[in-house]
Amino acid sequence: MTTHDPGEALEPVAGNGLLHRRLFLTGGAATLGAAGLTLLTARHARAAVPPEVPQWMKAPGAPLSAYGARSPYEAHVERMVGSQPGTTGSGGSRTPIEHLEGIITPSALHFERHHSGVPEIDPAQHRLLIHGLVERPLIFDMEALCRYPLVSRIQFLECSGNSAGNNAPEPAMVSAGAIHGLISCSEWTGVPLAILLEEAGLRPEARWLVAEGADAAAMSRSVPLEKAMDDAILAIYQNGEKLRPEQGYPLRLFLPGWEGNMSVKWLRRIKVTSQPAMTKDETSKYSDLLPDGKALQFTFPMAVKSVITSPSGGMLMQGPGLYQISGLAWSGAGRVRRVEVSADGGRTWAEAALSDPVLPKALTRFRMAWRWDGGPAVLQSRAVDETGAVQPTRAALLAERGAQYRYHYHAIQSWRVTESGDVVNTYA
Amino acid sequence: MRRANAVDLRIAAAARAGATAVATLVSALAAAQEGPNLGVVATPEQVAAWDLTILPDGSNLPPGRGTAREGAAVYMEKCVACHGREGAGQPNDRLVGGHGTLTDAEPVRTIGSYWPYATTVFDYIRRAMPYTAPQSLTADETYALTAYLLYLNGIIREDEEMNAETLPKVVMPNRDNFVNAYEPR
Repeated sequence: MTTHDPGEALEPVAGNGLLHRRLFLTGGAATLGAAGLTLLTARHARAAVPPEVPQWMKAPGAPLSAYGARSPYEAHVERMVGSQPGTTGSGGSRTPIEHLEGIITPSALHFERHHSGVPEIDPAQHRLLIHGLVERPLIFDMEALCRYPLVSRIQFLECSGNSAGNNAPEPAMVSAGAIHGLISCSEWTGVPLAILLEEAGLRPEARWLVAEGADAAAMSRSVPLEKAMDDAILAIYQNGEKLRPEQGYPLRLFLPGWEGNMSVKWLRRIKVTSQPAMTKDETSKYSDLLPDGKALQFTFPMAVKSVITSPSGGMLMQGPGLYQISGLAWSGAGRVRRVEVSADGGRTWAEAALSDPVLPKALTRFRMAWRWDGGPAVLQSRAVDETGAVQPTRAALLAERGAQYRYHYHAIQSWRVTESGDVVNTYA
Repeated sequence: MRRANAVDLRIAAAARAGATAVATLVSALAAAQEGPNLGVVATPEQVAAWDLTILPDGSNLPPGRGTAREGAAVYMEKCVACHGREGAGQPNDRLVGGHGTLTDAEPVRTIGSYWPYATTVFDYIRRAMPYTAPQSLTADETYALTAYLLYLNGIIREDEEMNAETLPKVVMPNRDNFVNAYEPR
């Protein structure tokens, strides 16, 4: 290990201490370790340092287990649950993205959005009916569906109501997950919907399908047939195991890159139609009211977006020095092409390192080295996707849409670092 | 338990033929309109029993009828606890009023001020309401509740009967303000 401060050799690339991303590129790992970049995490009071031998080496450990559980020291990493008045199962719970790294969301921390609780479904009794404008209405049981050719893809799911809190006139003093936690990313495995629709035989006038869940709300959304025949799957597995009940066990529609509400959970029925059904959740909700009173409907794709997860709201800097900025970027249009980071509120920008894998319609992890001098700073990230779409500023987004748009908020997030080291949400 | 089956054999055949990716197999199957064909053909009775979807043209609306007067009684028994007297809202969604507020700083989105289709009211009540006992209302009760909410919003008369013929003909005040943003590729 080197004894000098390797940070001296690090090249500043933008204002207020941002350093070159080479630190995170191939071969840079040794430098990174030597540079002592810290990800902000909670510090434990005492360490088992030499010459002490830690207690857990002085007796055999816990027994083998049939289904694993995380360390009790990680029990604070939880979803933030918020249910509607008078209910326990309607509402949402948000992924604590500020506590996670990499791109895969643990299934137990995948965000939830339910409209009438989580049904407990016996897979032996579950059926999928495909009917409507088809030659042959078909019923499938789960055993049959599991015998179809499966595909696996790592893709994000985002509620279109994610980040809507930043529409508020004043920035909420909350964590990254509390604002942006209706985003998660999993490996989804299932049957391409196109195969089943082809077997049922689409009639020439077929243009849409209406998907319905087996929950107590019979949640229902209309989906254009083009999407169903393109990359839609009926997901059975999430991160290698069968779907969690709160993610639609035993079967969910999964529409890559589109607003999460359309990926209907507990899928029990698909009706092929010539027109959308105009369900409650595609008219009254999930439509976007514009300042002139018009409402945009069927705004399906999730736009290019990013957020710095560390440092982020509610964290406390551990004194001046080198820090690792880490965050997530994604786009419903495909791959993330580039993420830029600013430490001076958007005056100067530098390109962050993207961690492999960079997959289409998946979360992408970006990292950046930053030397914090202890002064005030405003951290921002700005993503660009493979279509060239650029994540807008909050001011630009609100100027374009007004504050009542409610869904599809995807503006640049700003975190203010104060001289005392507090990190807070801010509108820069 | 994993059984040998038609799909496994297809995968094996595809692998032998040099098609290594399942995706190739999948697209081949789709292109040939040929799949494992493991679905069971549903009878018209099975489809009818499960099909809750009402289209804006009124298709699939069930037989039955109801008026606002009848709906008021159902509402007071089964809806008022969550939606307030006469749909005023609290603790859950407000259902009535807000007309002309959509361009305000604080728009009030209700069935009357925002929803573009009356059929959606019937569809949603039937599948999801009342919250604690969904799919428990009769078709007559659902038509009556729909009529009551349309009446409270000043869209139909108190004695106007809602049924499979009349409901799709109701023109909601905000219908023309919805813009379809979806562009097929």
